[in-house]
Amino acid sequence: MSSNKDSINNVLKVALLVCLACAIVVSTAAVVLRPVQQENRQLDLRRNILAAAGLLQDGVSVQEQFEQVETRLVNLETGAFSDEFDTENYDPRDAIRDPALSESIPASDDIAGIKRREQYTEVYLISDSEGALQTLILPIRGYGLWSTLWGFVALDSDLNTVKGLGFYEHAETPGLGGEVDNPNWKAQFVGKEVYGDQGSVQLAVKKGSVNRSNEMEATHMVDGLSGATLTSRGVSNLIQYWLGERGFRPFLNNLEAGEA
Amino acid sequence: MSETRKVLLAPIFANNPIALQILGICSALAVTTSVNVTIVMCIALTSVTAFSNLFISVIRNQIPGSIRIIVQMTIIASLVIVVDQILKAYAFEISKQLSVFVGLIITNCIVMGRAEAFAMQNPPGLSFMDGVGNGLGYSVVLLFVAVIREFLGSGSLFGVEILATVNNGGWYVPNGLLLLPPSAFFIIGGFIWILRTVYKDQVEENDFTMKAHVKKEAM
Repeated sequence: MSSNKDSINNVLKVALLVCLACAIVVSTAAVVLRPVQQENRQLDLRRNILAAAGLLQDGVSVQEQFEQVETRLVNLETGAFSDEFDTENYDPRDAIRDPALSESIPASDDIAGIKRREQYTEVYLISDSEGALQTLILPIRGYGLWSTLWGFVALDSDLNTVKGLGFYEHAETPGLGGEVDNPNWKAQFVGKEVYGDQGSVQLAVKKGSVNRSNEMEATHMVDGLSGATLTSRGVSNLIQYWLGERGFRPFLNNLEAGEA
Repeated sequence: MSETRKVLLAPIFANNPIALQILGICSALAVTTSVNVTIVMCIALTSVTAFSNLFISVIRNQIPGSIRIIVQMTIIASLVIVVDQILKAYAFEISKQLSVFVGLIITNCIVMGRAEAFAMQNPPGLSFMDGVGNGLGYSVVLLFVAVIREFLGSGSLFGVEILATVNNGGWYVPNGLLLLPPSAFFIIGGFIWILRTVYKDQVEENDFTMKAHVKKEAM
């Protein structure tokens, strides 16, 4: 028995069968559970959009709260709203991988380390009862230390003051870079202004702590995360990219001029 | 019956995988800041240990000695992926908090240890029970640690506030140390101390004894 059990044929046979059985189990689980997981992810995305805008309330279902939010498609190239795709079926994250819907960013421009930019992306608008824009929520992403940080930044109706910023997906070191999730740190962004007098993006994460008596720092900068220089730098870079000329700046200009 | 009972219950106190065998400490430090998360982790680990023991025991007579560890790992890893997928589908919030630690069940020494030490020699039913028992042993320690850490560290249990903390306008100043991983070391140490006071046979003999000091100095 034992010599038969250890023969090369048997080793190969057992290895093959175990792999086959395990592969079937794993792939079945992945396929069967995918719809439920996708629903969870969408719910989580919406919760994060609301949280970035500081609107998330406990005890009310996320679906219900999300009804006040209008999702629109924006052409990043022209900076105008677009109806090219139905937002219900459009997934910006799929578009990033689709060569027809995205373009690769030249390395010299790619300060956020994201390699490809989609042509169309979704933005989220919250308006008051008269239809005037109150909050604009923009998706942002960029490379930190280990991973791409995916998040949202919410701007006030002046399209300059930050209402909130948060990341919903990243894999930074827990306790160091992972502190981007720390509510106290995120709260520092609220009330900061994105653009300086010259119109360039000034909002950034400082290395060290902000000197509150310096006006420029007090209006535009937040404290760096201790022990997470590269994650902090990544956050600064992605803000610079997405709110700059190659990100949402054309769209914001159009929106301000009422031409979007 | 009595043997099944013994296999199931012995790992809880008499032969606890964490307290006596000192296995699976890593996740005991990482996931015990809140009781809810800990319970999910315990269920995940118990089911993985039980089913990996079951499946490995079913095919134990076919597994060639030369690739037995790899076969065990494949089975364990597959089960962990399934558990991870289920958590992502039905307990999304908690699975986000557990993040990598569900995946790290693969490397949890308890699962591997029981597969190699017990399931390779014993019939499926008994192996399954051994898995459940060891999972429970792990769970007892984790829950003990989690209850203390959440109660003193955040002033709550199961996420429900019991001691009103200063941040919420109450009187209790939470002990920040208990939210950090090292505190679990102290609590596990305390647990082992209590356990070995009750079960005297678990006390290890000293590796060496100190000789009495005879030389007089600095008189």
